[in-house]
Amino acid sequence: MATNLEQIKTEELARQEKIRATFKICMGSGCLSSKSDALAEKLTAIFAARGISNDCEVKPVGCRGLCAVGPLVRYTDKDVLYSEVKEADLESIADDISRTPCGGKIVNTNSNFFKKQQKVVLDNAGSINPLRIEEYIAFGGYFALRKVLAEMSPGDVIETISRSGLRGRGGAGFPTGTKWKLLAEASGDEKYVICNGDEGDPGAFMDRSIMEADPHKIIEGMAIAGYATGSKKGYIYVRAEYPLAVKRLEIAIEQATKLGFLGKNIFDANFSFEIKLRLGAGAFVCGEETALIASIEGKRGNPSPRPPFPTQSGLFGKPTMINNVETLGNITRIIRDGAEWFASIGTEKSKGTKVFALTGHVANTGLVEVPMGMTLREIIFDIGGGVANGKKFKAVQTGGPSGGVIPEEHLDTPISYESLAALGSIMGSGGMLVMDEDDCMVDVAKFYLQFCVDESCGQCSPCRIGGYQMLKILEKIIKGRGEIGDLDKLEKIARAMKTASLCGLGQTAANPVLSTLKYFRQEYISYIEGGVKYARQMKRG
Amino acid sequence: MDRTTSEINPSGGMENRIGKYVDRFGQEEGCLIMILHAIQSDEGYIPREWVLELSLALGIPVARIYEVLTFYHFFKLTPQGKHNVVVCMGTACYLKGAADILKGVEENLGIKSGETTADRLFHIDVARCIGACGIAPAVKIDDEVIGKATAEKIIERLNQIKALEGGNGN
Repeated sequence: MATNLEQIKTEELARQEKIRATFKICMGSGCLSSKSDALAEKLTAIFAARGISNDCEVKPVGCRGLCAVGPLVRYTDKDVLYSEVKEADLESIADDISRTPCGGKIVNTNSNFFKKQQKVVLDNAGSINPLRIEEYIAFGGYFALRKVLAEMSPGDVIETISRSGLRGRGGAGFPTGTKWKLLAEASGDEKYVICNGDEGDPGAFMDRSIMEADPHKIIEGMAIAGYATGSKKGYIYVRAEYPLAVKRLEIAIEQATKLGFLGKNIFDANFSFEIKLRLGAGAFVCGEETALIASIEGKRGNPSPRPPFPTQSGLFGKPTMINNVETLGNITRIIRDGAEWFASIGTEKSKGTKVFALTGHVANTGLVEVPMGMTLREIIFDIGGGVANGKKFKAVQTGGPSGGVIPEEHLDTPISYESLAALGSIMGSGGMLVMDEDDCMVDVAKFYLQFCVDESCGQCSPCRIGGYQMLKILEKIIKGRGEIGDLDKLEKIARAMKTASLCGLGQTAANPVLSTLKYFRQEYISYIEGGVKYARQMKRG
Repeated sequence: MDRTTSEINPSGGMENRIGKYVDRFGQEEGCLIMILHAIQSDEGYIPREWVLELSLALGIPVARIYEVLTFYHFFKLTPQGKHNVVVCMGTACYLKGAADILKGVEENLGIKSGETTADRLFHIDVARCIGACGIAPAVKIDDEVIGKATAEKIIERLNQIKALEGGNGN
């Protein structure tokens, strides 16, 4: 007997209806670090002491996005958001139940930070308790899975995803529907769907927040992908550095299995699907598809040449498809609200929304979700609140170690896969690092290159040797001992790495250097011409 | 081999526990990394004798296991300190002065990153990114993440821990 979704939904909504005041406390990694779990305990104790425990609920929720001023507490019934909450504020916040709210620091939720965002992937984040499957169901969870199993053929599902225009959110932007089709058409009984949660890009935490705030959405998206492609088994590959995401996914998989959303004959249909968790172990290169597969097989994460592509021969030699966390996070809404609805958001070739981790020297650091086609300026200045501490904007770095920097004059570019590539950067997974006038671009380029050199698997020489040589030249320049011919050398090695490296890591490792050379060449020249004296002035000598 | 390993590990039970891990994950293809995670989580690092035993239990050559262990940053081959100080060096943290924090911590504890103090109380590591970029710079001491960190703030916390440990007579 299949689980009755309507009944769970009705019961949960009725339960929530009875509660007079709900306080949602952010338990994302950011807010947890400022002890938001202790706040939840204290507030629960306050309600108990006042004898109003039955009327008031303290609800742990996922990331609300405004990490800069956490911990955040939201009193939903009166739509009040308190920031930087301390234990001492809680009595006064509890008093707000019976008065016009004035306890604690109240954030204006009518600001651009909230108004200009559009939440699709993060629609539940910060609203539901990620530890309770009932709340996910009350917000429409698992209805999409039931719909595809009851009403759609696998071909219909793939056609819907293709029509929506969804593209991979891991960085490369490959059309998701096409990828699903490739796996569906691959021959063989055993096929695998893998969710790539190996968010190794330093300065990015989109996937982490999605997995922590709304784990069931990923599970449901994977099950739909399994049905559409004819796969019975899925793996979620998560970084071991994200223990909270691992724990919440474990709990969610257990709950979903118990209610029959995973396992045999899901919703009484002729479809079975199970999901296993696999932990990464701190290797950036494992975000690359073939390396990730090797890692799940229990081996070193060495990439291998393509073809064969994973959809032909992947995990354990079987056809395999790898989707990023955020990509899978879009699936349920596309099924529920339709491909046309999804395709109406965004630009001609980049549909839907994108989640960005806004970090660096920007006022509102945190997690934002915006429709594709919004300009960088709107994201950084309207939503991000501009550069922190009144300093001048210099550049924004997108795409992490594989991306590039974008200077002020290109800030009015609408975000899309194509437009960012045209500027010499990439969409990437969604890290967006804002740099101010005091940040040294040569140092930033060196930082990223150092990262790629450390993370190179060492298998192919263009990446192993090229990266190292570029790094040596950069170190020489930044110490004020460079020569003008070094810049040509950098570009020459970069071209070789781009053309001849085996995998994406080596092919893109030189991007931060190339793009800083393109837009901020003068900073390199200053180090070269200014020599050791200049380098000392810049505190790099 | 069996005799030697149990002698090396006087607390015993290693074979039993490896047996348990193998029962838990061993049915799955490619379970090696999950078992290594379990061992490190319990032992704090991956001792050589455990690798030898695991090699027998799984039928994977020791060299293959070390090939995996040395590839991934996460696995530790030597005992770590009682308290693990991880300074995040992700881009967002780096841009906001993580290098100065690391320097401060290293000076305070008198060791470099990757090293353990002589009394095995502290170990320093740098992380690629702990995903706490919204509150950069971040430092993790054991399971506690400290956001918007400064060298002073971290050293204060280290001193608290030192005082507590001293109080316990360690």
